[in-house]
Amino acid sequence: MMIRRVWNWVDDRAGLSAIHAFLQHKAVPVHSSTLWYYFGGITLFLFVIQVLTGVLLLLYYRPTPNEAFESVQFIVTRVEFGWLVRSIHSWSANLMVLAALIHMFSVFFLRSYRQPRELTWFSGMFLLFLTLMFGFSGYLLPWNTLAYFATKVGTDMAGAVPVIGGFVRRFLRGGEEVTGATLTRFFGFHVAVLPGLTTILLLIHLALVQKWGMSSPQRGGGKPVPTMPFFPNFVLREMMAWYGALAVLGSLAALFPWELGAKADPFISAPAGIRPEWYFLAVFYTLKLIPSKIAIFDGEVLGILFFGLCAAAWMLIPFWDRRSAEEERHRLLTGAGVFIIAYLVVFSALGYWR
Amino acid sequence: MTSLSAPMWGGPPGPRRAPWPGHRSGLQPFVALLLTLPALLLAQSPKNSCVECHAALDGAQAKPTQLFDRDIHKKAGLSCQDCHGGDPSTDDMQASMNRARGFLGKIDRRSIPARCGRCHSDAAIIHRFKPQQRVDQLAQYQTSVHAKRLASGDLRAATCIDCHSVHDIREARDAESPVHPLRLPETCARCHADAAHMKGYTIPTDQFDKYRRSVHWEALAQRGDLSAPSCATCHGSHGAAPPGVASVSHVCGTCHVVFENLFAKSPHKKAFDDAGLGACVVCHSNHEVAKPTLALVGVESGAVCVNCHTPGDKGFAAAGRMRSRIEELAASLRSSDEMLQRAERSGMEVSEARLDLATGNESLIKAKVDLHSFDPAVVDASVTKGLTTAQAVHRAGERALSERDYRRRGLALSLVTIAVTMAGLWLAAREVERRRGLP
Repeated sequence: MMIRRVWNWVDDRAGLSAIHAFLQHKAVPVHSSTLWYYFGGITLFLFVIQVLTGVLLLLYYRPTPNEAFESVQFIVTRVEFGWLVRSIHSWSANLMVLAALIHMFSVFFLRSYRQPRELTWFSGMFLLFLTLMFGFSGYLLPWNTLAYFATKVGTDMAGAVPVIGGFVRRFLRGGEEVTGATLTRFFGFHVAVLPGLTTILLLIHLALVQKWGMSSPQRGGGKPVPTMPFFPNFVLREMMAWYGALAVLGSLAALFPWELGAKADPFISAPAGIRPEWYFLAVFYTLKLIPSKIAIFDGEVLGILFFGLCAAAWMLIPFWDRRSAEEERHRLLTGAGVFIIAYLVVFSALGYWR
Repeated sequence: MTSLSAPMWGGPPGPRRAPWPGHRSGLQPFVALLLTLPALLLAQSPKNSCVECHAALDGAQAKPTQLFDRDIHKKAGLSCQDCHGGDPSTDDMQASMNRARGFLGKIDRRSIPARCGRCHSDAAIIHRFKPQQRVDQLAQYQTSVHAKRLASGDLRAATCIDCHSVHDIREARDAESPVHPLRLPETCARCHADAAHMKGYTIPTDQFDKYRRSVHWEALAQRGDLSAPSCATCHGSHGAAPPGVASVSHVCGTCHVVFENLFAKSPHKKAFDDAGLGACVVCHSNHEVAKPTLALVGVESGAVCVNCHTPGDKGFAAAGRMRSRIEELAASLRSSDEMLQRAERSGMEVSEARLDLATGNESLIKAKVDLHSFDPAVVDASVTKGLTTAQAVHRAGERALSERDYRRRGLALSLVTIAVTMAGLWLAAREVERRRGLP
């Protein structure tokens, strides 16, 4: 009775009935690939975790070369549950990239980018790019040896881009070398620029998902796809997925606390086996395999141009995949997707072990 | 010999040379021009008939001219006549090699040190070339065993040229110089490791072999540490002589200052002096100084203490006590290190404890240094300090492992809670779907 009275009071002022009625009518397709739908929600859940733990870390973190490492060390050794917050933030960042990649490939294989969801695909791709930038900028913040030299390698790769490379490298580093200026601007990107952009883009992405609903897989013969109510059925299952993600995240954070390493020393030589985060490993390893000179061209520049073209082609799939747009099966494209996943897995593994 | 006085323009003595390529061809004027140009250029530098004639001779007579291009003295503008006398400005051999006018020819071995010292002992001359160069080499040499033997008529005794080479003398810092720190032991060994050369002397010839097994050689040759001691560091270079018994601790103490100070205050100092024993080398050897280990100390087999001390005497008990105390500290530090490693393998952050452990290891080093006081109380002080640190590190490791277990229990509880919640959500979803008739 009390709950009903509170509901009515809020409903009179906020119009909750309309939202409730909307949720009652919203439906989600049910089919053999429904499982993949949950990864978009898991990515969102991990983003929220990132925001919450990031805010907690901000209470103690200091973005200067003299204090960054020590402040993170203070967080993990002295602050109550600081180790857990930092470990969750680091693990969650990696799981978020993984969930976003799975979400992207599930959208690709289910051809969910078909008209009228092209903008949803584009906004999702930009969100993935921002997620990778979150990882890249956040990696430097503890100011440890690995982070310092990986950032050097990463910004050098950005510097190899023709025409604008030099400017991009100087812009990212805040000078010619990775210094305190780099740390300050990476911190700015990580806690202000990227969260702002991501929030805006995320709202657009969710609004588009809301507008067009969840995509149904291609079905020959125009047979209708069964559905389930978004609320409470899908929401209950989504919450189960979130709890599952939380269990995985908590286990990783507690059993394998994220290492802090040694404080960065710009005057030592780069440690052997320096490599970027796992999600850049495939590209990094491929660029290492390319000869330094191909005919008269710089091998690294050609490699970066090639990857740039591949990324552009991938991004523009909704425009050139006409067969899927016409509800036809496109086995070649599916094969290409499988090949790309195999390439990413194998080259990431090679990049890690070699 | 008369042919030596022939003008150089007429070509070197001996059979007439075959004409150059291009002879009697149309190229002749150009070739002549090409050959004349360098000659014209050379004509600008002072004439040196010593080089001109000796370069045209064979074998040992020509060798000095071949070597001299690399000699530091040539770079300083000196030439043959500065050591050998004579007049290089004339091609007339009678005039240029006139002993009445100061020509010396080959320098007598006994005169070599004084000949070099003519410039090298004169600050006014030497400082024209190198203001920082020392000028006491001859004075030092005269104190050496080499000089004394030479003065007594032993022509096998080393003079300047035996170490520094002759006609291709280089600066000591030049890596190709025989007295460069990395090459000096081999230069000394050329004579001192040669049993035939050293025959008749009463010193052994195995010093170089022993030195090559020493920690000093390892530092010099393997690590390339140019400051590592070699022959000259202990024996002196120009004043080379074996350090007397009374000097040994001073020689070693040049680098190992703390050890020398501790030893000087120790009961061993007087005992060794009375027994005519040479301080450091009694336990550590001289040329074959091995990396010291704890096995040198104590009352077990292999320890040097038992060479003099016997069960029941005060030193025997002290040796045993010092060894056991240091071993106790080493074991405690090892145990603490293992504890930290376990914590690190579990992902625990123990960098502060690691720093403390480094301090504990410094106490261990200090205790080993304090051994040279041969006073168990001094060693005890360092050991006790180290043990306190090691125990604190051990406790930090235990706390880290305890914290790890606490985290794991917390994780287990969280996972159970999550699993129960997920089961509840699943049941709720099934119930909703059952009511609505969904699959």
